[in-house]
Amino acid sequence: MARPVRTLPLAVALAAVLAGSLLCGTALGAAGIGWPQVLRYLGAGLTGGTIRPDEVAAYTIVWELRFPRAVLAAVVGAGLSAIGVAVQALVRNALADPFVLGISSGAAVGANAVLLFGTLAALGVWALSVAAFASALLAMVLVYAAARTAHGLTPMRLVLTGTAMYYGFSAITTLMVFTADRGESARSAMMWLLGSLSGAGWGSVPIAGLAVAAALTHLLLSAGRLNALAMGDETAAALGVDPERLRRELFVVAAAATGAVVAVSGAIGFVGLMVPHATRMLVGADHRRVLAVAPLLGAVLLVWVDLLSRVLMAPVELPVGVITAVIGVPCFVLLMRRRRYTFGGGA
Amino acid sequence: MRLDISGLSVAVAGQRLVHDVTLTAGSGRLIGLVGPNGSGKSTLLRCVYRALRPAAGTVHLDGTDLHALTAREAARLLAALPQEAGTDFDFTAAEVVAMGRLPHQRGSGRPSAADRALCDRALARVGAAHLAERGFLRLSGGEKQRVLIARALAQEPQVLVLDEPTNHLDIAQQLDVLALVRDSGLTVLAALHDLNLAAVHCDELHVIADGRIVASGPPHDVLTAELLAEVFGVRAHRVRHPETGAVQLLFDRLPAA
Repeated sequence: MARPVRTLPLAVALAAVLAGSLLCGTALGAAGIGWPQVLRYLGAGLTGGTIRPDEVAAYTIVWELRFPRAVLAAVVGAGLSAIGVAVQALVRNALADPFVLGISSGAAVGANAVLLFGTLAALGVWALSVAAFASALLAMVLVYAAARTAHGLTPMRLVLTGTAMYYGFSAITTLMVFTADRGESARSAMMWLLGSLSGAGWGSVPIAGLAVAAALTHLLLSAGRLNALAMGDETAAALGVDPERLRRELFVVAAAATGAVVAVSGAIGFVGLMVPHATRMLVGADHRRVLAVAPLLGAVLLVWVDLLSRVLMAPVELPVGVITAVIGVPCFVLLMRRRRYTFGGGA
Repeated sequence: MRLDISGLSVAVAGQRLVHDVTLTAGSGRLIGLVGPNGSGKSTLLRCVYRALRPAAGTVHLDGTDLHALTAREAARLLAALPQEAGTDFDFTAAEVVAMGRLPHQRGSGRPSAADRALCDRALARVGAAHLAERGFLRLSGGEKQRVLIARALAQEPQVLVLDEPTNHLDIAQQLDVLALVRDSGLTVLAALHDLNLAAVHCDELHVIADGRIVASGPPHDVLTAELLAEVFGVRAHRVRHPETGAVQLLFDRLPAA
């Protein structure tokens, strides 16, 4: 497919849109704080300026709640999109997303143990992230061990193992929700399963940000090899790429990044599946271009989705996953019908 | 560059499918590998382009042990067109050709101006310049094969390995592909299904049956009625091509024993 959009201008435009989106994500919300104040508080927060004592409450909302939350939304959106690209190349399957490897449902077990039973209470506010990440890593080891054969990780085995593990972990989570006390904790568990950034603060940004940046750097440096792998294992080998080694790398990178992202945001669906496809419709299949654009697109999308999730029915917060689906599905179908796009051999 | 395969055995999933194969492809020669389905042609070739490791024996390029090189180093010397179902990813033809530069690149594999010029020349050489911005998945079988040959040429190898490059092509496309391969001037090792095409285009044939080479030599020496009955289970009549004089075969079923 000829590329309908040039990559560099698109990436620059998306970066500008992302900056604007972060501002909107910070300025808009239930508490009406005017744009001039928001900008001033942001300036104060970024440069260490001063504010008046009577502004502390509004400043806290802007600098301690909304802005880190918008930044985290961008990080999570970028991360899920990049991981989606990696996983689709890893299992060579159009329907793959960051969750097909079973990692997120593994993370859910840990997260729900904290939410429902107060496990790891000694870790305080960190308990949820730590438990989610640790159980994601445990899930990764289990999936890897079960999927591995003498020929390395084959795409089909990975998908099947990941899917089987997904059901296993989901069963454990469901059992936990059923046996736990009803009420608010079950609601929190539900919220987490559908994804939410309501727990965001500056504390969660650095780790998730670092994990996503590291994963994205590795993927960008592997873009040429990802192209070769997409053509098939034999072709990859003939082009000097060891397909088994590359798949091992991708599995570890994707699983670790999924664990870090899911630990701070829950299991936000749709982004990791659809953003890579939407990006390919815009710039074609070359992973160098896809990996330059998809994270920006995912970041913009999730900042707006999160903003909507907290203002649409304020003060009640909607699960992010609901809104990604409501916005994403029609956009995606429209894009798919307008462009001649092939993925999966069909039309 | 000369390709020497010596005492090569290849095992897949613990089962030895290729036994003690020794053959040589002289520099610039087109060497054909023929044999019935399941005889081990593809397995042998996969080991030559390093998708498999040898269980025993060696593959040398002008005296360099191919399997002692890194994958990238090897891919700079030897390119391959594997027999692969293909991809789900909607690359353009130009992007597919650009992948040939991968073993020559560092980092993310961003193509330089020189890389792009080389890829353009490769596409032009196979008569596919007009296909550059077309989606690879939507090309015809013959067009795809041209683009894949362009990718192999962009790889700037010395040796080319082809696994049934004429499969699923119509007859004109089959002749085009073999002419392109011949004109490349590279040392070529090709598995071919069509014995008559092999007889016309190859300098030398190796017949493989049950993972072993059972006959080697110029086509007219190798493709005897006895061998074709024994290896392929067909009754063959040899005739001469009226213009080129190359040996051609007409087939019948073997009479029931």
